[in-house]
Amino acid sequence: MQFPILSVIVFTPIVTGLLLLLFPGERKQAIRITALAASTVNLVLSIYAYLAYEIGGPRYQMIEKIPWLPKLGISYHVGIDGISAPLVLLTGVVMFTGVLISWGIDDRPREFFAFLFILATGVFGVFVSLDLFMLFFFYEIAVFPMYLLIAIWGWKVTREYAAMKLTLYLFIGSVIALVGALAMYFTAGMQTFDMLELEKAGFSLGFQQLWFPFVFLGFAVLGGIWPFHNWSPDGHVAAPTAVSMFHAGVLMKLGAFASLRVGIMLLPEGAKYWMPVAIFLTLVNVVYGAFIAMVQTDFKYVIGFSSVSHMGLVLMGFATLNRNGLIGAGVQMFSHGVMTALFFAVVGMVYDQAHTREIPKLGGFVKRMPWVAIAFIIGGLVSMGMPGFSGFVAEFPIFMGVWRTRPWIAILAGVSIVVTASYVLNVVRGVFFGKMPAEFEGHITDVNVLDKIALVVLCALLIGIGVFPSVMVPLVESGVDSVLGLLGGA
Amino acid sequence: MFGSISSAMITAILPEIALLILAGIILFTDLLLPKERKRALAWMTVIGLILIFVVGVIYSRPAGDSKLIWGGMLRDDWLAFVFRMIFIFGAAATVLFSVGIESLEQKGEFYILLLASTLGMNLMASSANLVMLYLAIETTSVPLYVLAGFLKGDDKSVESGFKYLLFGALTSTVMLYGFSLLYGMAGTTDIYQLAASIKVGEIPEGMLIVSLFLVLVGFGFKVSIVPFHFWAPDVYEGAPTPIAGFLSTASKAAGFAVLVRVFLAVFPDEASIWSSVASILAVASMILGNTLALAQKNIKRLLAYSSIAHAGFVLMGVAAVNELGVTSVVFYLGAYLLSNLAAFGIVAVFWRVVGSDEIEAYAGLSRRKPWLALGMLVALLSLAGMPPLGGFMGKFLVFAAAVDAGLVWLAVIGVLNAIIGLYYYLVVLKFVYLKRSDDEGKPLPISRASAIALVACIAGIIFVGTVLGPWFGWSEIAASALF
Repeated sequence: MQFPILSVIVFTPIVTGLLLLLFPGERKQAIRITALAASTVNLVLSIYAYLAYEIGGPRYQMIEKIPWLPKLGISYHVGIDGISAPLVLLTGVVMFTGVLISWGIDDRPREFFAFLFILATGVFGVFVSLDLFMLFFFYEIAVFPMYLLIAIWGWKVTREYAAMKLTLYLFIGSVIALVGALAMYFTAGMQTFDMLELEKAGFSLGFQQLWFPFVFLGFAVLGGIWPFHNWSPDGHVAAPTAVSMFHAGVLMKLGAFASLRVGIMLLPEGAKYWMPVAIFLTLVNVVYGAFIAMVQTDFKYVIGFSSVSHMGLVLMGFATLNRNGLIGAGVQMFSHGVMTALFFAVVGMVYDQAHTREIPKLGGFVKRMPWVAIAFIIGGLVSMGMPGFSGFVAEFPIFMGVWRTRPWIAILAGVSIVVTASYVLNVVRGVFFGKMPAEFEGHITDVNVLDKIALVVLCALLIGIGVFPSVMVPLVESGVDSVLGLLGGA
Repeated sequence: MFGSISSAMITAILPEIALLILAGIILFTDLLLPKERKRALAWMTVIGLILIFVVGVIYSRPAGDSKLIWGGMLRDDWLAFVFRMIFIFGAAATVLFSVGIESLEQKGEFYILLLASTLGMNLMASSANLVMLYLAIETTSVPLYVLAGFLKGDDKSVESGFKYLLFGALTSTVMLYGFSLLYGMAGTTDIYQLAASIKVGEIPEGMLIVSLFLVLVGFGFKVSIVPFHFWAPDVYEGAPTPIAGFLSTASKAAGFAVLVRVFLAVFPDEASIWSSVASILAVASMILGNTLALAQKNIKRLLAYSSIAHAGFVLMGVAAVNELGVTSVVFYLGAYLLSNLAAFGIVAVFWRVVGSDEIEAYAGLSRRKPWLALGMLVALLSLAGMPPLGGFMGKFLVFAAAVDAGLVWLAVIGVLNAIIGLYYYLVVLKFVYLKRSDDEGKPLPISRASAIALVACIAGIIFVGTVLGPWFGWSEIAASALF
């Protein structure tokens, strides 16, 4: 039997998390080092899994299948395809950098890392699961720790409200999708939750049209789809830095991924029927999110709404249901994940020094924190879709895909690029350049080496994919081919 | 009337015989022990119950098909067996949680009443005859009335005992009236012959439905579903906490065991009617239980209302009227028993030291006693239906059963109620993990007995929720005994 790499990736975090709980609470340094060690292992393994995926080989690779509850057709069934492989890598990267950036957490770090790692297991589990029951199982494991992480370690002003709002929104979405999943299971009558089997179930047109909106929207809530995006900026802002990174960087991808995997791939006819509605909703996301981001004065809210806007592009790419759109969305999930993790890391570093996030009160940070400023500018260029950065590789195909189905939507969505440039440049000018307010003089120190490592890793990925799209695009393309196969080769 | 007594008949009721013997031993030892050593009684009871559990699992498993024994009074089947093991486990955990509470652990009669009540529940789960069933229900209830009012010096406890007695007596009378109607119509009290006799007698359906509702009153009281739930919050609040835990888990499970058995056996032709009734009551119980739980300031009242809501979730499985439905009922009850026992156990531990059941008093618990806080987290999240804990699979199965039976609307209402449930459990956890208090530095000792019971429950919750197979297997084989 081959080395069960995906299982090791999935269970390393939770096992480490439980081990951490056995540490005495005051041995904080030992706790941090253990957390870093585990996340390094996960990073290495996820890089290996990414590289080991053979393009042109079988659709799903590194498969493991163990019966879990055979009587109901539930199995522990994991594997990655061209779409989930980048997401596994993304999770590994965000987990590693998130631990580096959370080094300074001093209030109950044991519990913090334990909950963060339980969450990471949930995320990995969803990305690799090929069984519908298992997907829900890990999905909820991924969502719940967020409540505690935000409520306990979040920004004091809004944390309780934001944590509760986020949890309730996401659970309403997921349980409604759950009812849809159960309907699929019983309608298929195949006594299996295996998604590879359910793809062949041949649901009737009426059934698909009825259930698609519930399943798709149920998951897309976590992807931040308008008008159910409201939890997301509040949640991002209230969360501590590492959790914001995880949240915007990885969790929102979880929603998008699940709505593709369960909604579009299992109910393709329903997806075709509802496509115009979905593309309209995501258009609102893209444009409205960008405009709202532009008028924010709180640094973190700017990033929060920019996530809504960029996640809209991912979902819009899905909604096109064509090759370009899906490839773009696949790359955008990775690119946005890294970019937004970088953004939130930067916000956290500035806030730790300045203790305010109001853009008008900040300024001149480039002199004291040059690394941070450069990192933010790189992220900003990605966000604007500049060629040479991963954002271009991702967004360009999405717009092409949209153009092929609805040119006027592509034109309207294009507005967001301009607006994005405006708010990114506004932040760059207001926070990093200009004159530093007098009260900060002498109080601001540069970030430490751990933070710098995290920033360099994230920036390197953004530039790397921008310059060498071939490290990711063919992979995603191979995944998209199988989606298109299910859609009838559109 | 029994004919010849075979050894198979004896081994089938070995746990019940052993319970009776254990109660006798406790009774005599109680007389011999000096006051300061009475805690030994608790350990004797627990060890006895564990032995009974083990002996039951080894020797009393039903061999082959379900069969009537002891002249048709009892039925030796998997449903009865699984529920009996649940009750014995619940009783053992309850005794462990009572250790350290002086007004309970020092009294021999406490253990004897608890054992008598467990014996009654065991008989409830296996009764195959209306007369036997009624006797079993009373054997269960009478000791519980006393136990609820066990703290004689505490007005609330006495009130709780009285309230439980009055409600219980009233509903059991109504139920008995229903039984007598059934007997009058069918000419037999044998649960497994009633349906056939009723068919032969061409009884008007209206009469049958009347008796169905009368019987439902009694069962509804036991499982505390709306509109027979009024007693639960007051009784749970006043009763000694371990007993409240026992009432809300084992006693409720016993009620459901009887409910599914009687309804499936006696009213098979009216299945569509009682399925609709169960759906409506499920919705009412979930909504009312959950909404009122939102407003509670006292943890025991909150758990009481949440237990009403949980009864609603279980009823969804009943409303499905199929094998998966009954499987989900058994699975849910098992997971719920572990979670709720753990929750009440923690409440008991906390109350013994702090002397308060207010939710606000739990502020700062995670700094004061991280392990206890973590236990609370696991128990409440399991109740809320979060993976990888037992409650998730329980909820998943009842929703699946409802969807399978075509009751998609019921499943949708169910999942929305699960969200409300999540909300108030999170509010409690917010106090545990988030709020600060001045008492954070004070110690909060846990007795060894409570720690053992808590670890057992928590391990059980995680086991049932991750290694799904074994408990699902038991639930399924138990359900198959009724079809």
